[in-house]
Amino acid sequence: MNPIRKRRLQLIVFALAGVVATAAVSLVALRQNIDHFYPPHRIVSGDAPVEVRIRAGGYVEPGSIEREAEGLGVRFLLTDRAGASFQVAYDGLLPSLFKEDQGSIVVGRLAEDGLFKADQVLARHDENYTPPELKDLDTIP
Amino acid sequence: MAALGLWGGHRSQPALLHAVSGLAQLQLALLLGAFALLAAAFLQDDFSVLYIAENSNSSLPWYYKISAIWGAHEGSFLLWTLVMSAWTSAVAWAGGRLASDTGNYVLGTMGLINAHFLLYLLLASNPFLRLVPNVPVDGADLNPVLQDFGQIVHPPMLYVGWLGFSVAFSLAVAALLTRRLDDDWANLVRPWCYLAWASLTVGIALGSWCAYHELGWGGWWFWDPVENASFMPWLAGTALMHSLAVVRKRNGFHHWAALLCLVTFSLCLAGAFLVRSGVLTCVHAIASDPTRGVMLLAILCLVAGGSQVINAVRYRDMKPPLGFELLARETLLLINNLLLMTALGTVFVGTMFPLVYEALSGGGRLSVGPPYFNRVFLPIMCVLVGFLALAPILRWRSTPASLAVAAWKPLVMAAAAGVAIPLLVAGWITFAAVAAYSLAGWVIWTHVADLARRRRSAVTIGSITMIAGHLGFAVAVLALASAGPYSHVSQVRMAVGDSAELNGRRYTLAAVEDTQGPNYLATRGRFEVEGRFIEAEKRLYTPRDVVTTEGGIGHGLFRDLYVSMGEPFDDGSWGVQLQEKPLIRWIWAGAMIVAIAGILAAFTSGRLPRAPSFAGESGRQQSKSGGRAATARGHATSGPV
Repeated sequence: MNPIRKRRLQLIVFALAGVVATAAVSLVALRQNIDHFYPPHRIVSGDAPVEVRIRAGGYVEPGSIEREAEGLGVRFLLTDRAGASFQVAYDGLLPSLFKEDQGSIVVGRLAEDGLFKADQVLARHDENYTPPELKDLDTIP
Repeated sequence: MAALGLWGGHRSQPALLHAVSGLAQLQLALLLGAFALLAAAFLQDDFSVLYIAENSNSSLPWYYKISAIWGAHEGSFLLWTLVMSAWTSAVAWAGGRLASDTGNYVLGTMGLINAHFLLYLLLASNPFLRLVPNVPVDGADLNPVLQDFGQIVHPPMLYVGWLGFSVAFSLAVAALLTRRLDDDWANLVRPWCYLAWASLTVGIALGSWCAYHELGWGGWWFWDPVENASFMPWLAGTALMHSLAVVRKRNGFHHWAALLCLVTFSLCLAGAFLVRSGVLTCVHAIASDPTRGVMLLAILCLVAGGSQVINAVRYRDMKPPLGFELLARETLLLINNLLLMTALGTVFVGTMFPLVYEALSGGGRLSVGPPYFNRVFLPIMCVLVGFLALAPILRWRSTPASLAVAAWKPLVMAAAAGVAIPLLVAGWITFAAVAAYSLAGWVIWTHVADLARRRRSAVTIGSITMIAGHLGFAVAVLALASAGPYSHVSQVRMAVGDSAELNGRRYTLAAVEDTQGPNYLATRGRFEVEGRFIEAEKRLYTPRDVVTTEGGIGHGLFRDLYVSMGEPFDDGSWGVQLQEKPLIRWIWAGAMIVAIAGILAAFTSGRLPRAPSFAGESGRQQSKSGGRAATARGHATSGPV
């Protein structure tokens, strides 16, 4: 094999090894960092895993927002407007567009007792925009 | 409205492969006319135009009326075609040195691309559609989030960058068609590529600054698909610039560079498709309409697929492989390209995975969180920064080993500084931050040392732009490594007179008062920190009935203090978020240095004598963005969507 070919082969092997290593790391990282989305009826039915980081969402049930007297703690219900709803507990500032009857996505863990402990609450970006996950709520039976 | 007819007649342009220059200018003039018409209509509050009725309001300040032109889908697409046409006409104007067949192919390709855009504009997103006879009394107003200085400048810059790569794309197509893919070709592509790339750099940096400044919660990079859409072409473009250096100096890597030209522009179009079709779950999905998506996808397939077919057909004309040693600048640039493409791949996977999953699982939804990007992308960038430090040391073809070995000393010193300085300033360190500090410090050291050495010998503009570009990147990396892990954040409940402490600073809510803007009502909180006042606002934009958060920023050279108001409670107190972000301005400052270096390089290339074995504007800018993402992390959790 002439030296240039040999070098080329070495480079290719080196590059391939790098790509494979990166792909492996990516897949592991991907597996650990994907958040599955669950609509309210799947939370209520017990489909959603407990104490695993997930996304859930629904419409904020009017009149369900309860604030603690001290601190930033807040609880509210998210509903699919078809009978299923679950309670969310959150300790932090709610986004500006968080309102009753509006769509909201929460990220966090579901406790054994069915309470969703959110560490992130997301609301709509503007009034024309509904998170795609919530659009499905109107079509899922 | 008359302009529409003119565009229609104009679409025959690609068919005329000769004398297209004049047509390119005409196209620009007509699109400028159309754009001016829309601008005039906006300024006169002509709500009989649907697009204006949806995106403007009589109470909107005039500068936002102008920027509202690109505040939503239709108008921004008009801007898009205008920018495309401006690049075409610039090529026609500056393209005197093009051989006639190359010139025709280039302008023909660009014309063909823009013809598709214009067709799309007419069929699927015409901004001039009228609302007759039911003309509304007033418009619905521009999305309040877009009412910000940064949002006036950010989209045009991004478009200039994206579409600028169409020149490189067209030149690559032309070179493949004429079989003249050589170092002259690289010299032709280079200035266009640099200009486009510099604009894109500015565009991305502005976007990040906008998010920081306007969304109100201090987040500045979310690994949101829309951000990724602008970031992926940037990565490919960076790789392209570096590979062009090899083509120019050493007459190798031709096909790779041509392929990168094609890929970069395809990624730009893919970005447009992702952003505009609404296929993604994302923070910014401002315009979503599936039919538009299908048309854009068709354009994308045509461009990406067509160009790859040309590339495949012409691939046989391979040059003999380039000979160089391991310790050579070529190796470095090869590694640079490999790392950038790998990084691009990881971002691509993270961005597309939710879509693929949804398609395969029949509607299952998931999202890939920022931790994925931080864990996969940032280490790659760290390695890249490490190799970057060698850029001024290694020469073309081969380098004496002693030179490379000598670079260990500064690395050790940079590493010592990387551990010591954060320990002294903040009192604690993380592995990631130390790695970033050390490597960036190493880059700064080797580049400055190179500059000092050069002062005695020759300093070329090429070497200065390269060094400046790399230094800007290193500055941004340092800033990222600081603003990420060393940020402080706390959320508290405060009534007037209350104080809260964050990282040793005392924030006092001095007053809450009501105020008013041209199209909004606001509640303003005045916070006292160390004797100065920071004002944060909660605004209600009346035309749309939308509430926004205006963060109060206490600017500083070394740190920003960032206060955001959450919601009021029944007892009159407010939810407040306090943040301290060290060195954050330097992220954007670094990006600007990089962009300026890029523009300088674009305009100086032709005039320099070649210095083949040395110097050269070779390894230029990896630029900032690399790790910017680093730190989308902690903050912004409850924030904006």
